[in-house]
Amino acid sequence: MKHNDLNERMYKEHIMELYKSPNNFGELKNPTHRHTEYNSFCGDEVTINLLVNNAKIKDAKFSGSGCVISTVSSSLLTNKIKGMKVEEIKKLSKVDMLKLLKIKINPARIKCVLLPLEAVMGALR
Amino acid sequence: MKLNNQSVKKLRKDFPIFENQKELVYLDSASTTQKPKQVIKSIVDSYETTNANIHRGIYDLSQKATKKYENSKKIIAKFINTSEKEIIFTKSTTESINLLAYTLPSILQKEKDEIVLTEMEHHSNLVPWQQLAKRNDMKLKFIKIKEDFTLDLEDAKNKITEKTAIVSLTHISNTLGAINPVREIFKLAKKNNSITVLDAAQSIAHMKVDVKKIDCDFLVFSGHKIYAPMGIGVLYGKKELLEKLSPFNFGGDMIKSVTLEGSEWNTIPERFEAGTQNIEGAIALGEAIKYLEKIGVNEIGKWEKELTDYSAKELNQIKGVKIYLPKKHSGILSFNVENLPTHDVASMLDDYDICIRAGHHCNMPLMKKLRISGTARISFAFYNTFEDIDKFIKAIKEIMGKVK
Repeated sequence: MKHNDLNERMYKEHIMELYKSPNNFGELKNPTHRHTEYNSFCGDEVTINLLVNNAKIKDAKFSGSGCVISTVSSSLLTNKIKGMKVEEIKKLSKVDMLKLLKIKINPARIKCVLLPLEAVMGALR
Repeated sequence: MKLNNQSVKKLRKDFPIFENQKELVYLDSASTTQKPKQVIKSIVDSYETTNANIHRGIYDLSQKATKKYENSKKIIAKFINTSEKEIIFTKSTTESINLLAYTLPSILQKEKDEIVLTEMEHHSNLVPWQQLAKRNDMKLKFIKIKEDFTLDLEDAKNKITEKTAIVSLTHISNTLGAINPVREIFKLAKKNNSITVLDAAQSIAHMKVDVKKIDCDFLVFSGHKIYAPMGIGVLYGKKELLEKLSPFNFGGDMIKSVTLEGSEWNTIPERFEAGTQNIEGAIALGEAIKYLEKIGVNEIGKWEKELTDYSAKELNQIKGVKIYLPKKHSGILSFNVENLPTHDVASMLDDYDICIRAGHHCNMPLMKKLRISGTARISFAFYNTFEDIDKFIKAIKEIMGKVK
């Protein structure tokens, strides 16, 4: 039974805790880059606000309405990219996102994981 | 057969998936039903004992296959109270509706240029008609849904007029479970000489569907929602109308004679069955109906409603759960959980081996009307038990605890 195998579960405690109180939720006062991405599958919407200075991310925030997975993914990604070079961020991939979440993701939900990354890429484009 | 928790547990043994997946709580039968071993065996039997192409072979094996195929049509015809000449095999509800959307224009009167649907149609009974309207410069009208999730009959009276060419609607809503007053609506349509189409995808396995009583011109359903394999569907049509329709697909078996210059069409229903058919699927659909009739479709509907009402009662006791259930409903129940998007509800339940549907259910205009992005939906077949619901309710309570 999947329920007993904790490794198989998507909604581990660290995920639920972050969903209830995510980091970097909101809007920046003076963003240099901003982009909204949608997921028609579950109706998610993530807006990314970035403050870029000297080709580096000074600050990052996210807003919008999303599912547990996309909210947590947005929180983790905005944390990660703060201080990163834009060039490095552009190299981030699906694998990096899955590493951030540290859970096994059901293929049907990969889109939710990638939504904030797509929004960041869109903002930097 | 009387259905109760005990007898259902015995019948469940007919479904190998529950033997192979002991913890499985399958609450998504409106999406597709599980298959009994009688149906699975029929598919294997077809390939192991009577595999040949039908209608063509002189030899005995082909005739055996043809006989089984034709016999299945007789079973289906009897099941919906008609003749096998009026049964056409397609691959699904969707294909049946597309067939109609492409062939009906040839028999429509010119002054009739409106198609009436409802606000609760599955995309499969909406998009093909939208396309027809575009091609033939016709207008779409939608019968409204009231606050209690039932169709507004007064609105139907206004929308169905002498300009109405086609009235097509779902028997049971795949999202809300509402059982629609199709006879009343088709009476209005007939008064106005409109063609009537019934989408029976969600009703065929759950209530008695009698084409004579309903008095519809066409009726469509899919095999996989009635314990049969995927890839087989049915289009019923009144003989006098089918005879007037041009074919949809052209090719082998649908012709009487062919020269290099032209062709003459076969009689109905073969005229609409071009190319090699899903023969084993067609035969297995007959087996599935035989299986279901042994239990009794009315009995099945009663049991599923009992399960739905019990679920509704239990869900209503949980603070933060909203359910969307019309008074006259089948075994489908939509709900939402406060602070938890529907896809997460479904994913979290999956951790408990509980299968439910989440999202817009191919019903985006309905979601817009209800001002929600989606619902979580449970739907029953006769093989579900009270234990399934208890496990589901316990899991819902647990996952709601996680977001508090």
